[in-house]
Amino acid sequence: MSILIDRHTKVITQGITGKTGQFHTRMCREYANGRNCFVAGVNPKKAGEDFEGIPIYGTVKEAKERTGANVSVIYVPPPFAAAAIDEAVDADLDLVICITEGIPVRDMVRTRARMKGKKAILLGPNCPGTITPDEIKIGIMPGHIHRKGAIGIVSRSGTLTYEAVGQVTALGLGQSSAVGIGGDPVNGLKHIEVLKMFNDDPNTEAVIMIGEIGGTDEENAARWVQANMKKPVVGFIAGVTAPPGKRMGHAGAIISGGKGTAQEKLSVMEECGIKVTRNPAEMGKLVKSVL
Amino acid sequence: MNIHEYQGKELFRSFGVATPRGFPAFSVDEAVEAAKKLGGKVWVVKAQIHAGGRGKGGGVKLARSLDEVRDLASRILGMTLVTHQTGPQGRVVRRLLVEEGADIRKELYVALVVDRGIQRVVLMASSEGGMDIEEVAAKTPEKIHKCAVDPFAGLNDEDAEEVARKIGVPAALIPQARELFKGLYKCFDEKDCSLVEVNPLIVTGDSRVIALDAKVNFDDNALFRHPEIVALRDLDEEDPAEVEASKFDLNYIQLDGDIGCLVNGAGLAMATMDTIKLFGGKPANFLDVGGGATAEKVTEAFKIMLRNPNLSAILVNIFGGIMKCDVIATGVVAAAKQVGLKVPLVVRLEGTNVDLGKKILADSGLPIISATDMGDAAQKVVAAARKQQAVAA
Repeated sequence: MSILIDRHTKVITQGITGKTGQFHTRMCREYANGRNCFVAGVNPKKAGEDFEGIPIYGTVKEAKERTGANVSVIYVPPPFAAAAIDEAVDADLDLVICITEGIPVRDMVRTRARMKGKKAILLGPNCPGTITPDEIKIGIMPGHIHRKGAIGIVSRSGTLTYEAVGQVTALGLGQSSAVGIGGDPVNGLKHIEVLKMFNDDPNTEAVIMIGEIGGTDEENAARWVQANMKKPVVGFIAGVTAPPGKRMGHAGAIISGGKGTAQEKLSVMEECGIKVTRNPAEMGKLVKSVL
Repeated sequence: MNIHEYQGKELFRSFGVATPRGFPAFSVDEAVEAAKKLGGKVWVVKAQIHAGGRGKGGGVKLARSLDEVRDLASRILGMTLVTHQTGPQGRVVRRLLVEEGADIRKELYVALVVDRGIQRVVLMASSEGGMDIEEVAAKTPEKIHKCAVDPFAGLNDEDAEEVARKIGVPAALIPQARELFKGLYKCFDEKDCSLVEVNPLIVTGDSRVIALDAKVNFDDNALFRHPEIVALRDLDEEDPAEVEASKFDLNYIQLDGDIGCLVNGAGLAMATMDTIKLFGGKPANFLDVGGGATAEKVTEAFKIMLRNPNLSAILVNIFGGIMKCDVIATGVVAAAKQVGLKVPLVVRLEGTNVDLGKKILADSGLPIISATDMGDAAQKVVAAARKQQAVAA
């Protein structure tokens, strides 16, 4: 078992013909069951053509109808990415994964408002995607560092997710699924929702939750964990040394009005029974210690 | 991106938001000219820097004659203004705003921000204008009134009026406040702002509601569709190293420590800084070279980092995903050779093409200290920095 995606997932790639889309579609296809999972691409100007054997359709709706795909991944450039999410949401897909970094907040506020009452779940934007090891990888993470196992990983940061994955694998453990929720201030799935999924997943035994400065998502998730989580959760928050008022790369990683500091998040997590480490090199060891 | 108060007020006026009349001045003569054009008997001379707390720092003064305008302008222009937002080094004042004096009867507060929790733009207002709003929020949260805006409908009349009433705008002036709030929202929305803050918003003796201050920040991700906003950028207000980095699409932030960090990914970059601190060192910068960096980009990143005179060691921490370790290694070697690296360099590589990357470093003949994981890397770079400082001393 896993969360969000597995070997049977059928995926539409929006932006399959761009440089990024091409590169990552190839990598995803080569990973585990990828050849069977990546069934369609979308580009209105290239409908009827194919990308290395993957048929290209004019719209997401058509791609869904023709292939039965229920998940899409988006590599469309930032000015058009929110519209690409809207299209996938309107086609009633189950899951929309937006990798694109740099989407204006104004666009995302509108897209999120449009999503109210719709079926689709959004992961991202500005995220690495998600992977269920040995089954399917949707996104830009390096596949080879993963190993099938029972540790769930959820993170706002891409490379920190890889870091945690690498440590878990090096310790001889593995991942049930690893989910990058992305570094933007207005996004889809939050820590709390992914934790709920890991809680319900019989194959996940413990979770590493990685956060960073900005917002209050980690605090909300921690309070939910305290009240509901049946499995151990360990955590790390990046940005103890970040100065206030400066955007640390990610649009969402900013301490503003004295809110969203790493220290505050770490304190709330500890209060809620989440074991935290201040040394990101020890995330793996920490999760192993709670199994 | 930030702009100056005078630019913010010009923007406000283009959306029908009332502000005092005023003109920017880049010299003492221009300041006097501005005062003459404005007429009247009282003027305010305001230092224009991208930081708050200018009044307390001595950058906002009242003048009651043209001679006084001249005197104040010559004192404020060129001064180094230190406020709680500038840091101890302060900012040099290069621009002024000369405004007509306002007859203030009431000071209020209004702002627009994106609320990440509810994923909407929120109009936030308070009766406690002119004060530090974070302090108001902490001590008397009941004095802050909020209203979320539907992105498709915009700010509606009822909500705007209700907020105006709650913060104590006199009944007769509610329509004025409503139109001002709606203008601010329109500005926020159309110009892709990340913050619009008016502190204080004032009620004048002649019954006008006007924005006495203007703090406007923009969403960097949306600047591609606002060349008119990009044109307002003032590079004097930005750190030169950060400006240089932005030309190469690098995320660089100067800090006050001595250990340079070059990392891929924002989260990992922050975590690297944190780990350095955990082992007793101080990071000199935040630097995220991004996911798809080329060897050239890495070389530029190195050069920018090496301009920092405080630098006593460098840590390169790469977890290669899309970013291949051999590309990073090639960039590091090229940069080290080009600039003649004089400080110790610790490198931790992991991920795609790691063996090839390590080989390139080993074959380079450079005295590179290699590390196995982040913790090891941080300890090694802290030790190397201490040694380097001891040698320098």
